[in-house]
Amino acid sequence: MANLRAIRKRVGSVKSTQQITKAMKMVSAAKLKRAQDAIIAARPYARKMREVVQALAARVGEDAHPLLAARETKKLALLVVTTDRGLCGGFNSNLLRATYRFLAANREKYEEIAVFVVGRKAREFLRRRGISLRKEYLNVLGSLSYAHAATLSENLVGGFLAGDFDEVQVVFNEFRSAISQVVRFERLFPISLDQGGGGGAVSGVDFLYEPSQKEILATLLPKYVETQIFRVLLESVAGEHGARMSAMDSATNNAVDMIARLTLQMNRARQATITKELMEIIGGAEALKG
Amino acid sequence: MASTIKLELVTPERMLVSEDVDEVIAPGYEGEFGVLPEHKYYLAILSIGVLRYRKGNEVKKISLGGGFAEVEPERVVVMADVAERAEDIDIERARRAHDRAEAALKEITLDEDTYLKAHAALRRAIIRMAAAE
Repeated sequence: MANLRAIRKRVGSVKSTQQITKAMKMVSAAKLKRAQDAIIAARPYARKMREVVQALAARVGEDAHPLLAARETKKLALLVVTTDRGLCGGFNSNLLRATYRFLAANREKYEEIAVFVVGRKAREFLRRRGISLRKEYLNVLGSLSYAHAATLSENLVGGFLAGDFDEVQVVFNEFRSAISQVVRFERLFPISLDQGGGGGAVSGVDFLYEPSQKEILATLLPKYVETQIFRVLLESVAGEHGARMSAMDSATNNAVDMIARLTLQMNRARQATITKELMEIIGGAEALKG
Repeated sequence: MASTIKLELVTPERMLVSEDVDEVIAPGYEGEFGVLPEHKYYLAILSIGVLRYRKGNEVKKISLGGGFAEVEPERVVVMADVAERAEDIDIERARRAHDRAEAALKEITLDEDTYLKAHAALRRAIIRMAAAE
């Protein structure tokens, strides 16, 4: 039987770990709430933006701007969105494994896949596997603002317009609920227009443009991409906190179980020692009597 | 025939205004334009400026950091990059930002990026101060 002191020490260390995981869980719960609020607050803008862009695109047709026109995809850009910090369960590893599979499966299909990463975890994982990264965005998720999405979009749209790549996809964890996130691949642009009658209501109407249709497209479309990227980042942040919260919750529960088991072991060991001592005393007394 | 227009002003971070109003005056790319009910379909880039809207006799002001406006006969949708109600503006902070930007502009650099940034900051600060007054 393990000695008493060692078990006692072990219980102490598990207890302090439990305290940390409990605190982290609570912090994540608070952050999750904030991230969810941010998603909800960003929705009206994204929705309006989509309405306007779709209506506009339906009126002008896809030749009006390169971002609308699908071209043959020879070079693909992939934006991988992970987190900067770990301890959030399978959040990053699920996504990165899917990404790795995707890269391996599509290596032949494209001339080149340029990888952009958000978050330290993606960088570590992909670098270790010898995948070169076009650009890294680290430490943006802690204090996420629209400006970050704007920078990202600027780089991606810039590369697209310059012909560095023909299509941009993003892989991220979509936020379903606090305990469920789903890995998703999505095409960011060229913007695909599932019109489905959307915008049809006003497509026959004469629109006035200021300053001109062309200039509006040139500013509006990149902005649309920004909102899409912003949404992706918000979803990922909310998912991260949700995942961390449940990971920390189960860690706390495991610690509780472990403490119970160790306490039992400790009591047994203690009792064994007492019994042993008693036997020795009785044995000694018996010996004296005789 | 609609007698009011629904003004919806959204920014990437939140929805700021959603009200029925009588008139909207917005800072367009080529100058201010006014919108009354039954306006033609209109899509415009907005520059940095003050957006005003009137409801009866009450006029409200919002500082705008650029964006878009989509005008329909009964509705105006403003998508602003940044926007703030006049009453929410901290005039002291705006003034400080103004001074800071002005100081930055004085140190003439050849670096276009910093110059543009400082210039934009100055314009924003001026607009916010104008809206708050």
